[in-house]
Amino acid sequence: MTFVKSIVLASAAVVGLSGGAALAAGGEAHVHDYDFSFEGPFGTYDQMQLQRGLQVYTEICSSCHGLRYVPIRTLSDEGGPQLPEDQVRAYAAQFPINDELSNNHLYDAENDVYGPLKETDNFPAVLTDGNGYGPDLSLMAKARAGFHGPYGTGINQMFKGMGGAEYIASLLAGYEEAPSCAPDDMDGSYNAVFASGGYPEECIDEDGNHMYPGSWISMGQPIYDDSVEYADGAPADVEAIAQDVAAFLMWTAEPKMMARKQTGLVGVLFLGFLTVLLYLTNKRIWAPVKGKGKAKA
Amino acid sequence: MSGIPHDHYEPKTKGEKWLHSRLPVVGLLYDTLMIPTPKNLNWMWIWGIVLTFCLALMIVTGIVMVMHYTPHVDLAFASVEHLMRNVNGGHMIRYLHMNGASLFFVAVYLHIFRGLYYGSYKAPREVTWIIGMLIYLAMMATAFMGYVLPWGQMSFWGATVITGLFGAVPFVGESIQTWLLGGPAVDNATLNRFFSLHYLLPFVIAGLVIVHIWAFHTTGNNNPTGVEVRRTSKAEAEKDTLPFWPYFVMKDLFALALIMVVFFAIVGFMPNYLGHPDNYIEANPLSTPAHIVPEWYFLPFYAILRAFDSEVWLVMLVDWATFGIVDAKFFGVLAMFGAIAVMALAPWLDTSNVRSGRYRPMFKWWFALLCVDFMVLMWVGAMPAEGIYPYIALIGAAFWFFYFLVMLPLLGLIEKPLAPPATIEDDFNAHYGDAGHGGGSSATAPTPAE
Repeated sequence: MTFVKSIVLASAAVVGLSGGAALAAGGEAHVHDYDFSFEGPFGTYDQMQLQRGLQVYTEICSSCHGLRYVPIRTLSDEGGPQLPEDQVRAYAAQFPINDELSNNHLYDAENDVYGPLKETDNFPAVLTDGNGYGPDLSLMAKARAGFHGPYGTGINQMFKGMGGAEYIASLLAGYEEAPSCAPDDMDGSYNAVFASGGYPEECIDEDGNHMYPGSWISMGQPIYDDSVEYADGAPADVEAIAQDVAAFLMWTAEPKMMARKQTGLVGVLFLGFLTVLLYLTNKRIWAPVKGKGKAKA
Repeated sequence: MSGIPHDHYEPKTKGEKWLHSRLPVVGLLYDTLMIPTPKNLNWMWIWGIVLTFCLALMIVTGIVMVMHYTPHVDLAFASVEHLMRNVNGGHMIRYLHMNGASLFFVAVYLHIFRGLYYGSYKAPREVTWIIGMLIYLAMMATAFMGYVLPWGQMSFWGATVITGLFGAVPFVGESIQTWLLGGPAVDNATLNRFFSLHYLLPFVIAGLVIVHIWAFHTTGNNNPTGVEVRRTSKAEAEKDTLPFWPYFVMKDLFALALIMVVFFAIVGFMPNYLGHPDNYIEANPLSTPAHIVPEWYFLPFYAILRAFDSEVWLVMLVDWATFGIVDAKFFGVLAMFGAIAVMALAPWLDTSNVRSGRYRPMFKWWFALLCVDFMVLMWVGAMPAEGIYPYIALIGAAFWFFYFLVMLPLLGLIEKPLAPPATIEDDFNAHYGDAGHGGGSSATAPTPAE
């Protein structure tokens, strides 16, 4: 039995690890392990941070990136930025309507105009049509993984989440001066975190290794120090802004996270209690059969 | 071989007799629930209940999800997001379903490897084993098609790669692939038929599960000693067994509850850990992900598929000998299905007359290596096919076949097995001591065998 047990334990361990290992294949660039409030089993969103992130998204990101799967009304949901409902209505109305695909229900054919966006609508989808528009951000924080460590085992991800928000924040704060080996006419901007962009031949050494991390990303640096002015007086340096918008995008990707963790906790506690009861029941039922001289399990 | 002798349902009241003479359904349920079960079963015998629970969980959550899902390439991804965001409790339902698949495969692998160690596949349980293998195949097909439904990047590209395997079949491959996909490439027709089959197959599995249970209820359970229950008389059988209810129902439920604690922790706290981030990007036929990696439970066989590339001399030899009909790609496909086929053939490949690995000193270590091999294959299946990894995969794949095709027949001939206990009762008493006359609900108290 101990033999079988050790095999089972080893199997369980490897299954756990291989899950992380499966995801380990990916970009080599370094993702900074930011401390977000929503990490871990008891982590929650920081409401004020989500509101700041919404401000960053609205003022900077939304000109090129949509949130097509996110209903605007959810901005007032519990476990989110929790804006008052009248603010949400006002927020919805301020979006310029310019794309038919996501908003054609607002189209007034008689007058050939679009009606205003309502809070029941989703955020506008800015189309990826190759004209400088970026990908939709609704799920970006779940569509990217951050740290895989230690040693690619993925154990970090077990406790801190997949690291999508870390990836986003790192990327936004990862713009650096291009290495001197790169030609001046290189397309895009050098980003030390973005792994899948273009990379100049000149920066590859004779062994075929990249001499600098990251690659050239087509998105120009979107955030600088004091790019936004926060009403709550929170710091507005590049890293702070990047983390705020990353937290907001984690919420857009996983708006029910707090409810989910709560359900999980209740489930674990109730099932744990049930397990104890069943253990005692089982023990009692078997007691007469197993006899007094219980040798070993 | 007839079943283990035990008490059968006796209708007592008039109403019971009336029903029993017309439809003996109560008797069937009674006999199933009270089936004599070897009393020395250890904790590796709980996975059957876990698997049954998984199937129920998947069907129930799946049916609810279908109420909100739209099987169309333009709408599928959005409809899943609708479920996640706008349906009450929808995110939990989906995460239970997603991670339920992983629990299902954890349980099935432990169940299968338990059978491999304790020789549960050996006569007279070959049919149980074969049906189990069919269930496993149906599970893999169901899981694969289910993964396509959210229509993310991994859904699309996984479907493209796996259906591409059928394209490797000589002469008719392309036709088979087109027929499976409903067109030249993965598209709306593919999504629709996968959706249809993903809904159908779980019920096929449910039917197979009933036959699986029927089969081993006919032969009786195997047990850690591999020694059969004595069945010359009811009194003798009762020394080796206890009724399934309440002894094993309670034991299994306790184990299930414990597993559910872990499962709920995963669903609640890290539901995307076992998934792949790329599947949160909507399918895009024009953009191939950097690494197409299947779900973890396919990785061992995926590794075997990729292990036999055109650099391997055996593959070259077969390619040459078959005039190129069996090329590297088709060889890989054959190897992958062959890896499951040799497992299904275990009842006829194992020559040992001792059933349980517990009494087989050499087998034990080869089996341990097989477990390690399985884990190594799972790990290497997730790695890119470059550098050292293809060699590791090849060694792992070769060992898999070596174990089933060479070691399993050979060990029975060269190994000197230990003597198993004479009876299940002996084994049980050696562990727990003789209970004497303390037996509560059991009619006859166990007494020493000799």
